[in-house]
Amino acid sequence: MKPENAIEVKDLKITYKCVKSLSLRKSFFHLKKSKLEVYEALKGISFEVKKGEILGIVGKNGSGKSTLLRAIAGIFSADSGSIELESDSVSLLSIGVGFQKQLSGRENIILSGMLLGFSEQQVRDKMDEIIEFANLGKFIDMPVKTYSSGMYSKLAFSITAVLETDIMLIDEVLSVGDAKFKKKSYKKMKELIMDENRTVVIVSHSTETLEKLCTSLLWLHEGEVRMQGDTKTVLEAYNEFMS
Amino acid sequence: MKRFIKDMRRYLPYTKYATKSGLKSEVASSHLSWLWWILDPILFMLVYWFIFMVIFGQKKEYFHVFVFVGLSMWNLFNKTVSGSVRIVAANRAVVTKVYIPKYFLILILLGQNLFKMLISFGIVIVMMIWSRVPVTWNVIYVIPILVDLILITFGVSAILAHFGVFMDDLKNITNVGLRILFYMSGIFYVITDRVDKAIATLLLKVNPVGFLIDACRQALVYSTTPHRRLILFWFVVGLGLSAIGIVTIYKNENHYVKVI
Repeated sequence: MKPENAIEVKDLKITYKCVKSLSLRKSFFHLKKSKLEVYEALKGISFEVKKGEILGIVGKNGSGKSTLLRAIAGIFSADSGSIELESDSVSLLSIGVGFQKQLSGRENIILSGMLLGFSEQQVRDKMDEIIEFANLGKFIDMPVKTYSSGMYSKLAFSITAVLETDIMLIDEVLSVGDAKFKKKSYKKMKELIMDENRTVVIVSHSTETLEKLCTSLLWLHEGEVRMQGDTKTVLEAYNEFMS
Repeated sequence: MKRFIKDMRRYLPYTKYATKSGLKSEVASSHLSWLWWILDPILFMLVYWFIFMVIFGQKKEYFHVFVFVGLSMWNLFNKTVSGSVRIVAANRAVVTKVYIPKYFLILILLGQNLFKMLISFGIVIVMMIWSRVPVTWNVIYVIPILVDLILITFGVSAILAHFGVFMDDLKNITNVGLRILFYMSGIFYVITDRVDKAIATLLLKVNPVGFLIDACRQALVYSTTPHRRLILFWFVVGLGLSAIGIVTIYKNENHYVKVI
């Protein structure tokens, strides 16, 4: 791995085998002849992301964007090819890291934080900041099941935004909560992203967001890299293609 | 092995915290809250006591302690195994967002059930003092017996959790299997009194749950030394099952998220 890189992806292939939770009867009868339907979500893509870079990923629905993010986050690994990261500190920012619905927001902050690899103490130190950012008022000590969906995503966003990791993967969460929170989270996001030590990968459909935030873009099309380069060029080509 | 140790260090604190908060969340919305951890086993005990002492007229000495020991140990095995079959799907919200070695989900469940079992054993001790059950040094054997039970429970759960991801009907099969095992483990009857000798030996030696429950009762209540070599044997088997479970999960867990 080159020292200036934060993420190196080489010839990454990911397939979904449609095992579709076989029933026992079926798996007995078709044990030998069962032809697995294989769906290739990513068909061997390679790219590099430099440290401190903000990479945007565009592509139409089903082009493999979310699969790629999840693979980088380590939720599932490659069928072939490799993904190398400079740091273990990775978080996938998306709505709601498994909350325990019966427990209070406070308790859930610790659980989610620890799941992201922070120690209990580290999370407690950041607790006030998270609570302040989420701005849930007295609801922070109420069970999460009483939250509205907006409050739920506000809390989830605040946890991952305040507990900073070296590599952040963002899956279209910039539009969370009401207008006020949206503005605040956008600002926070920008602040996080602008940190030079942090490498960010954003998946988004919003041309505006990508234009403002990203330093370069990757265009995925049906599991392959269609184009990679500076934001403006790629975005122009992409928009033309989509219209 | 290296990976196992590294993951242990990384995820054990989370496992502990999640165990605690899982227990808390179970009782969070009930009025009697943590009292249920004590009430629950006592009430179930009363049900079994009524059926077998009053209706069937069991005359075994210290029968209430006998039933309670069996029930406590059985609950650990039963609840952990049946909960593990669909555990990956049940934790969908977590496993699709972050990576966690999937057997830690089982450890969390096991930890919760272990806590409940220890409370039940606390009640057993109170009952033993109440009924003046004589105690000898054989009580020490309870520790290795419970270690065996934990290992076997974890091993079986981990293996079932793996197959449970791909087979929806495994849940039903497991439940039937557990029910059969329940009746074969002598929870509320004395195996040697009820069935003829050949079958009794089979139930007590080949069925680990039946053996461990019986051994625990002997050591704790009836001042007998349990079969030490069998305890060691099931320890090795439990260790083996756990190792197989962990290796299988490590090898296949990448596909889990794609299926559920």
